[in-house]
Amino acid sequence: MGAISKLAARPWIWSYLGLLVVWLATVTFTGGKGGAEILSAALSFGTFTVIVGLGQMFVITTGPGNVDLSIPATIALSGSLAMKVMGGADAMLLVGLVVSLLCGVAVGGFNYALIRLLRIPPIIATLSSSFLVLSTAIAYGRGLKIKPPPMLADFTTARVFDIPVLALVVAGLAVAMSVLLNRTIYGRSVLAIGQNMRAAWLAGIPVERIRFLTYLLSAVLASLCGFVLAGFSGGASLNMGEEYLLASIAVVVIGGTSVAGGRANVPGIWGAALFMFLLVTMLNTFGASAGVRLIMTGLIIVAVITIAGGDKPQR
Amino acid sequence: MLAQVLSPRALRAALPAASLVVLLAAIFYIQPRAMSYFGLNLMLQYAVPIALATIAQMFVIAINDLDLSIGPFVGLTASIGATLLASSPVLGVLALIGCVAAYAALGALIHWRNLPSIVVTLGMSFVWLGVAVIILPTPGGTAPGWIKAVMGVKLPYVPFPIVAAAIIALVVHVVLMRSAYGAVLRGAGGNARAIGRAGWSLLKIRMVMYAAAGTFGVLSGLSLIGLTSAADAHIADRYTLYSIAGVILGGGEFVGGRVSPIGAVLGALTLTLTGSFLIFLKISPDWQIGAQGAILIIVLALRALIKRREG
Repeated sequence: MGAISKLAARPWIWSYLGLLVVWLATVTFTGGKGGAEILSAALSFGTFTVIVGLGQMFVITTGPGNVDLSIPATIALSGSLAMKVMGGADAMLLVGLVVSLLCGVAVGGFNYALIRLLRIPPIIATLSSSFLVLSTAIAYGRGLKIKPPPMLADFTTARVFDIPVLALVVAGLAVAMSVLLNRTIYGRSVLAIGQNMRAAWLAGIPVERIRFLTYLLSAVLASLCGFVLAGFSGGASLNMGEEYLLASIAVVVIGGTSVAGGRANVPGIWGAALFMFLLVTMLNTFGASAGVRLIMTGLIIVAVITIAGGDKPQR
Repeated sequence: MLAQVLSPRALRAALPAASLVVLLAAIFYIQPRAMSYFGLNLMLQYAVPIALATIAQMFVIAINDLDLSIGPFVGLTASIGATLLASSPVLGVLALIGCVAAYAALGALIHWRNLPSIVVTLGMSFVWLGVAVIILPTPGGTAPGWIKAVMGVKLPYVPFPIVAAAIIALVVHVVLMRSAYGAVLRGAGGNARAIGRAGWSLLKIRMVMYAAAGTFGVLSGLSLIGLTSAADAHIADRYTLYSIAGVILGGGEFVGGRVSPIGAVLGALTLTLTGSFLIFLKISPDWQIGAQGAILIIVLALRALIKRREG
């Protein structure tokens, strides 16, 4: 009994329960066929959501009002920049990766500069900067039809025992982020700032430096996502980041991270990302129309957050 | 006197109007022919639906929430307006009332479970879009004749969009800024606990504000199809960003119930004109979104400067 209530208290348990239910419903409908394939597909598509979700998690954890809305634009810019630099040549792979990450550093730095210098809410800062970033991507990447280097394409689509290699790498990334969150001064500072920024400042935490690093981290992870996503989907496109705005926020919240800040959860992000993919797969299997699929996706997000409940008001 | 005019508070209040005037002046300088009844009418055509959506967003921001679903919601009401409302008016009206009721219910849900509005409305944006896609799978439909007639009114001397925007701003200003209950509503954004202790129902306040947002969302959708005469589920997807930017350009704050209906309408007009300005400047369409972002940043930078003087 104690073990069960202990497990139920874990905020990430709900996303895994949800994914189990949705998977069982799908497999029951198909009569047991394709269960493993669906999971494997979920692992490979969910990976990209996990990468951006991790960055968004750190941002959201720094407290109310902190959200990075520039993730889709950063994905598009980083993807097109990297594809252009590499020009489909394996030899340029590392250069492409570096350019893509530098693009993230630039966007993250710009985001934070707006927040700090203009003292505007992060939502508006990242929104305005996303306009600029997207415009750059459009102007730079118009008519860009460059294939990714074969090595990158192979790596992003490779599988070991039906498990996508990329998913394993990102699982490693998630573990690293978990350590970063729970075991380093930086991670503990993020949590402290999210719980009470003033108290954190009084305790001597360099609040502004931590926030800077957090926005940097989110943008760099978004760039990384753009890099591998372009490799996975055979080239960059300008709207390839669009769906990750909702997805990045949804997986953080469904995964059990507190939207009020101060409490974060890494395992939940994996569960939520898989859950979201399986949900769409299930609706497709049931033969739902596009409209019904949209409605169900929306309602389930609202239902999950309603059941999980908001946070007790602090103070 | 001069000190009063140049006080940070006065400067701050004047900023939305000033940015609009500067933008208008720049447009007239580049393209003097825009300075006419016809030119203004054309440039400000879409100001009415954008202003209405901005006001809707303002109601939600006034109580420290954020509505990320207003764009798809306007798309839904436009789709209902171009289909049900035209073919069977009674059903159409009922459906639109249902939309407003759904918004009020969202407010209740957010209050009851103490949910983050960003996530709830983000989820609901899918729901609105899904319903709109079912009602109107492909772009089309026809707007009822009376809506087209209202939106196509030709007034003497002053173009209709300007008059309509002024009426919207004044009506909401009187109700929200000058009435006793309006002060309570904004107070819920400033200090919810104090308002609750004073005996007001915070649940009711949130439902009223969301219902108001839903009502203005409906009006925005209807006025939009009055201009386009047909609808599409995705017709207003960008309105979410426009409405947030409009409220902020108009001097609104994200927290604390500090909003301004007149400012919000001015902000919406500024955003509408930005598009024309960029076309007159012959800026490549690639950079249009970026230029809108840049203008937003410039205005916010000016506000930051004024704030610094406020201390």
